[in-house]
Amino acid sequence: MTELIYPYAEDTHPPLDSPGYRSTGLRAPTRRPIVLPQRFTEITGPLLVGEIGPNDHDLTRQHDGEPQGQRITVSGRVLDSGGRPVPDTLVEVWQANAAGRYRHAGDTWPAPIDPNFSGGGRVVTNSLGEYSFTTVRPGAYPWGNHPNAWRPAHIHFSLFGRAFTQRLVTQMYFPDDPLFAYDPIYNSVPEGARERMVSRFDLDTTQPNWALSYRWDIVLRGREQTVFEQVDAGEPHDD
Amino acid sequence: MTEYPLTPSQTVGPYLSLGLTWPAGPDVVPPGTPDAIRISGVLFDGAGAVVPDGMIETWQADPDGRFAHPDDPRGAAEPGVPGFLGFGRSTTDAEGRWEIRTVRPGALPAGDGLTEAPHLDVSVFARGLLDRVVTRIYFSDEPANDTDPVLGDVPTERRETLVAQKDGDGDYRLDIHLQGPRETVFFQV
Ligand SMILES: [Fe+3]
Repeated sequence: MTELIYPYAEDTHPPLDSPGYRSTGLRAPTRRPIVLPQRFTEITGPLLVGEIGPNDHDLTRQHDGEPQGQRITVSGRVLDSGGRPVPDTLVEVWQANAAGRYRHAGDTWPAPIDPNFSGGGRVVTNSLGEYSFTTVRPGAYPWGNHPNAWRPAHIHFSLFGRAFTQRLVTQMYFPDDPLFAYDPIYNSVPEGARERMVSRFDLDTTQPNWALSYRWDIVLRGREQTVFEQVDAGEPHDD
Repeated sequence: MTEYPLTPSQTVGPYLSLGLTWPAGPDVVPPGTPDAIRISGVLFDGAGAVVPDGMIETWQADPDGRFAHPDDPRGAAEPGVPGFLGFGRSTTDAEGRWEIRTVRPGALPAGDGLTEAPHLDVSVFARGLLDRVVTRIYFSDEPANDTDPVLGDVPTERRETLVAQKDGDGDYRLDIHLQGPRETVFFQV
């Protein structure tokens, strides 16, 4: 039996108990998790979930009018840690509008709601693991974590990969945000790994007279190849 | 092996419903499926308060113990139950309640002659959780629990945090406690 293993990386993910982020206080489990061997339920996972609507990839076209703000594209590849593309996998996003306000009953700070912006999107990666969204650049927003707390602008991302073990929910940030230094959620991630959440401005894929381009590759846990797979691989490869 | 550094996890935050909900999320099987069951519970924090902005996701085998997935070493199997997705997603409501409507999974071979009792893998997401936490759901009326290798690794006094209690015909109930004296057993996968 070929065993597929997606190792957990402790030096990548934030500790659940991160006191600077106050809401972890009563929600982060306090007991050490028990290691779950990866058997059939863990090496499999949902492959396609839900239906994709015609404008789910373009958050600027979900209403009659265009939303306010700086139009951008956000695109990149979904890979595993061996560098293999992850094709046909669902990518879900949600974000605040250009003024930093979410279209959600729980978000009541005095920034304007944009009637032409809902802030949710979903796409499926192509055969090369590529995804692309069109949207507006979200604004920063205040939150109640500590005095004068503001979140750096970000887009929430949710990914499935192919296996239960590959599931990832994260946030994509924009380059050179002055709020990075003050944000306990960004800084909950170990030093050396935080920068992986920051997208890159790309002039080459920026669309003239239309939209600035930000590129962001997402890397999910990969498979460790077993002896069987290496023997079976017909051609040499460099991983 | 070329190592591509992994993307770190971040919290779903309080507004996950903008991106992650759809009406049929809790329906792992289409409404009206014969032998469907309902698994529900409440998500609690360490102070015993309900978590109204969380999300539960479940993943499970079909009633034959198979997956429609090519990485299952036994091969991908078309589910015997029409419309079976294996995947369920439920946000918690104002009372912290979540609910999944599914069919009972089959037992699974676990290697070394062992068998895993019927179970669902569960991911819990919420504001305040910087990464998902993973747990499982087993069934109280399942004799195979006694020889399940995963339950066998859990201290006896904590096993009940993983076992949904039968609560009427086709109804199972399991509360999830993120923290506190009744803290649910969570797994590292
Ligand atoms: Fe946010």
